[in-house]
This record gives sequence, structure tokens and C-alpha cells, in this order.
Amino acid sequence: MNFNSKLLKDLVKTYGPSSNENDIRDFIIKEIENYVDEIKIDALGNLVAHKKGNGKKIMISSHMDQIGLMVIDIDKSGFLRFVNIGGISPYVTLSQKVLFENGTVGVVYSEPVDDMSKLKLENMYIDIGAFSKEEAEKMVNIGDICIYYNGFDENDNIVFTPYLDDRVGCFIAIESIKAIDTPKNDLFFVFSVQEEVGLRGAKTAAYGVNPDVGIALDVTSHGDTPKAKKYAIGLDKGAAIKVKDNSIICHPKVREQLVKIAKENNIPYQMEVLEFGGTDSGAIHLTKEGVPSGVISIPTRYVHSTIEMASKKDITNCKELLVRFLNSNLELF
Amino acid sequence: MLLKLLTESSGVSGNEKEVRDLIMDEIRGYSDSIKIDRLGNIIAYKKGLNSSQKLMITAHMDEVGLLITDIDSSGLLKFITVGGIDKRILVSKSVHVGKDKVYGVIGAKPIHLQKKKEWINALDMDDLYIDIGATSKEDAEKYVNIGDYASFQSDYIEFGDNLIKAKALDNRVGCSLLIDLIKEIKDISFYAVFTVMEEVGLVGAGPAAYEVNPDMAIVLEGTLCYEMPNMDSHLMPTQIGKGPAISLADRTTVYNPQFRKRIEEIAKSNQIPYQYRKSSMGGNDSGKIHTAKTGSITTCISVPCRYIHSPNSVMSIKDYENTQKLLRAILTEYGKGVL
Repeated sequence: MNFNSKLLKDLVKTYGPSSNENDIRDFIIKEIENYVDEIKIDALGNLVAHKKGNGKKIMISSHMDQIGLMVIDIDKSGFLRFVNIGGISPYVTLSQKVLFENGTVGVVYSEPVDDMSKLKLENMYIDIGAFSKEEAEKMVNIGDICIYYNGFDENDNIVFTPYLDDRVGCFIAIESIKAIDTPKNDLFFVFSVQEEVGLRGAKTAAYGVNPDVGIALDVTSHGDTPKAKKYAIGLDKGAAIKVKDNSIICHPKVREQLVKIAKENNIPYQMEVLEFGGTDSGAIHLTKEGVPSGVISIPTRYVHSTIEMASKKDITNCKELLVRFLNSNLELF
Repeated sequence: MLLKLLTESSGVSGNEKEVRDLIMDEIRGYSDSIKIDRLGNIIAYKKGLNSSQKLMITAHMDEVGLLITDIDSSGLLKFITVGGIDKRILVSKSVHVGKDKVYGVIGAKPIHLQKKKEWINALDMDDLYIDIGATSKEDAEKYVNIGDYASFQSDYIEFGDNLIKAKALDNRVGCSLLIDLIKEIKDISFYAVFTVMEEVGLVGAGPAAYEVNPDMAIVLEGTLCYEMPNMDSHLMPTQIGKGPAISLADRTTVYNPQFRKRIEEIAKSNQIPYQYRKSSMGGNDSGKIHTAKTGSITTCISVPCRYIHSPNSVMSIKDYENTQKLLRAILTEYGKGVL
């Protein structure tokens, strides 16, 4: 299988928490600039790449922001206190290494807790190895955001790394941009900001693009690990076509078109009915007069942890499904 | 004093007319255009010499309060809260009901008659009522109607070391700062927007931002302040007397870091004390403003207010003055085109 591990590894390793997506945006621009007709950046920092075609105007959104920890206080001994940016679990975060934009590395630990079930972010701190407030302030400022710092690993089947959410979506978008030579439809690839704090980037991007159809690319959860909550999505079982989550009930025609294309092209797929969560399509489909929208999801284990895991075959199938969808005749409405 | 007039006016969310009329009277002579939009937001424009980027400065006019839902046979009024109110602060407070500001007291069963188990729990809303001194339902209906709003009755008082106690400092303090700016600033273009219904879900700000379509916005607020001697500093959202609080992130916005750092630079170069708003809880109009249309960058600058959302909030005159200085300095930079 031809899987561009290097690109995915570079994507998950590039800094870009919600509201501070400069580095990852620059990285993606370099990757795609030779393959698109026009690139725009809006006020919130969304990257909008236009690949011109004559058919329907389609917005394809993958969010480039990451969850992280924002420093709100530096004490006199140089310890940092923080709040979450996006869905951060105290259990996942305890004893993790974190990385700041300027390369400063720290570790997260907590005040002594008797009952671990009562672990809270407000009782935890980041230790950057500074011995005074002054020393710490040379490395970090209040308002700075750090991300999980952890390695990328892979075998023939899977990758596991922090931040598959949603750099794997960005990966699929970039690979699709490169795979499509002459678009049948008018394609706007959006690498959105601030998804993790409430689909904020996709909202303004969709207003600017004003698409006929919206597609989000994002990770979804899993139900295939020991005693996992019942959920009909598993790794290596194909691209997930979303039916609903907490932000959207996907437009039936978009969903049916995705299923039809998967069937016609023998692309393995599974239907996703998620009882929680949301993604960019939730914001896109409510834009202006409304936009029929769907989602291609990448089945992922351990979402929002430092060891998110996805199947290379699923990722490739998601890309295949997207490319074929974008090149299909979308006279649906 | 303007802040006295503003805080002693009633303007519970959805019923901001009294406050709006007062603000309109204050700013009419100083704005190049003023309109009231269909939701009741005031959108004023000051035309200056610069016109590169569109700046919008906002403050919400509304306050938390009560809404009358029923009048019982004895003439007591039942009510619900409008906006976030801690029900434990309600008992025995004075209120003004309806347009005519009928005086009332929030009543409940006296402690002598409460069972022991009632002592340990806060009185439920169902156990509270507003007593306007009516003798019967018919008598009460002469003065008030179901659907009337009630606001806290609380006098503006200056006390202690440069402190002010009043109701609705959230966000008449923002309104007062914005009115000052409109009156003082000359030759710099900006939109001044006084929004409605912030306390019930940032309702007015979205349509106002849609209309103005700013490139950047400054949200003025009165915000959480809580500092106790034994608290860790990271758990204090803001501290009184330490200057304007600049927001980092809250439930509705992660504030643009470049814009925030620019504001901090301006404060530093003008020797104006400032602090960070450390809590990520709560939210404000910025949430709707920065995501309107194709988006804008926002910052939020607040005056710390102790006992916020109660009839007796407390703020510092020094914090007010430093916030005022910071805003003037920001507008000066903006006027030079270097914000």
C-alpha cells in the first residue's frame, strides 16, 4: 500500500492549537500551493484553497487546530497553571510531556490527590524546569498554549500518535488535492481553525465560501476494543459515512451519494451514528440559507489522547471515497 | 455621576428601553450617526480621519433580573430569573417591578418557622415570592401584570478605598466607559454598539456584528472578581484594584493572541496596570461577534466586579480610570493606524 507516512508524521508534529494555527497553516500552504488555483486566509485564520472546476461548489473542511493547555498563571517557584483549550481530560494529561510554540518542553503533574477520581485540571500544573517566576517567564508567557508532545509510531496496519484529530483529515484533504488533476466540481478545501472550541472557524469559512455542498473530514470514535461502549464503528472496516452526531443530521442525499460511490467503487465503508460530538459540518450546514452537508469520518481509537490510533487502510479508503465523491456528478438538488 | 444614573436604571434582558433612552440622551450630540436596530441594539458611528480598518467597541446594556409569572390570590407575585442568578442571594432583597417601578420585597418563610432540614438547603424559587404590599390579586393587578420585569433595587454608593457598590455593574460599567469614549474621542472613526440580551445568550451582539461587519472589536465588560486570602492565585479570576482585566479565553472565545499582545504592549508603554482574566468560565458578546459573517478579531477588556449578578456588586474607581486610560491609548494607536 502506498501510504505517505512522512506527510502524516509531519502534520501531527506541527504546532497549531486552537487560535494559534500559524505554523500548521504555513506547513499546509507549502504542501498544496502548487496544486491549487488560489489561497486565501480569513480573519480567524482559516486557510481556504480553491481548486477551480465548473460543477457544484463544494467546501471540504478539515480542521487544523489541536486541543491544548493555555497558561493562565505562573507562581513564584516557576510552576505554570493552565486551563483547557478544547476537550482535555485530566487523566490523559497527567504525567504527559507538553510542547510550547518556541520549543519549550514541560511535564504535567498534579498536587497530591488522595482520590484519583477527583483529579481536576485546576489542581494540576506544568513544570518546565524553571526554579523561579523570572526564569519561567523567559520561556513562557501567560496566554501561551502548549500541546501534547509525544511520538509518532506505525506498523503495517496502523499509526498511533497524538493529534490524528484532525491532522489525519488534513492529510486526506492534502492527498486529495494532489490526486485531483482536473476537478469536475468547484472545490474549496478549507483547513479550518478553532474546531475544538466549538466549530468556530468553519462557521466563518462557510460564510465566505457559500458552498452548495459541505463535507467535513474528521475522526470518529470506535466500538471495537474490550468492553467498549456499543458503537458500530471499528478500525480497518472502511471509511465511515456519518449519519448523525450532536452537531448535524447529515443531509440524506449527500449521505446516499457517498454510499453509492463507495459501493460502485468497492470502497469498504461503515455507517456512523454518533451519539455525541460534532464536527465542522455542524457549522457549515447552518450557513446562510443552509448547505446540504455530510461527513467522511476516520475511525479512530482513543480520541483526544496522546495515542490516537487509526488504520492506514481506512485512511486510504477515506481518501479514495472523497476523491471519487468530489469528481462525481452532484446534480442532487 | 453617569455610572450612578446607569446602574440605577432598569434594563433586564429584553427590556432595555430605560437604559437605552438614557444612553441615547448622553451620546446623541457626539455621534455622526445613530440607529437602533430591530432587536434594540444601539449602533452609533463616529466618523474620524482614519478609515482603514473597521473597529467596533461594544458593551451590553442589559442586566440580570426577574420576570413575573403569576399573581396569587393574596396578591403575592411569583417569578423566574432572567440570566444567571444564584437563587441563594434573592431572599429579602428589594426589587422594582414593571414600568412604574412598583416597590417590592422578595419574601420567604421566617427562620423561626422553618423545619431544621429547611435550614440546610437554599430556599427554592418556588418558596420565594415578591410582596408588593397588595391585599389581593385584584389589588396587585392594579399595579403589575404577568410578564412584567423586576430589577433589583440598589442604590449607587461610594465607599471604602475608592470603591463603588451598585447593582448591574455588569455591564453598566462597560456602557459608561463606552459613553465616555464617544464623548472624548475626536477624529478617530469607530462604531460604538450597545447590545441587548447578552445575559440570556449573547442575543443582540450577533445581529449587531452582522450589520456593522467589523474587522476588529473590543468588548467592554464588568467581569468576575473573587480573591480570598488563602486562595491560589490561579483560581482568582481577577483581583480588584489591579487594573483592567484582559481576557485570555472563555467559553465563547479564544481571544486573538496577536491582538491581545498588542493591547498589553500599549498598556505597558503607557504605564497602565493590567491583569489577565484567568478563568475560562463565562462568556460574552465576543463569542457572537468574532464568528459573524467572515469573522473578525476581538479582545475583551473588563473592570473586575465582586459579587457580580447580585444587587450589590463592588468595583474600584481606580480600575475604572485605568480602563479608561487604556481605551484612550488603544484608540490613539488605532488612530495612527498601528493597532
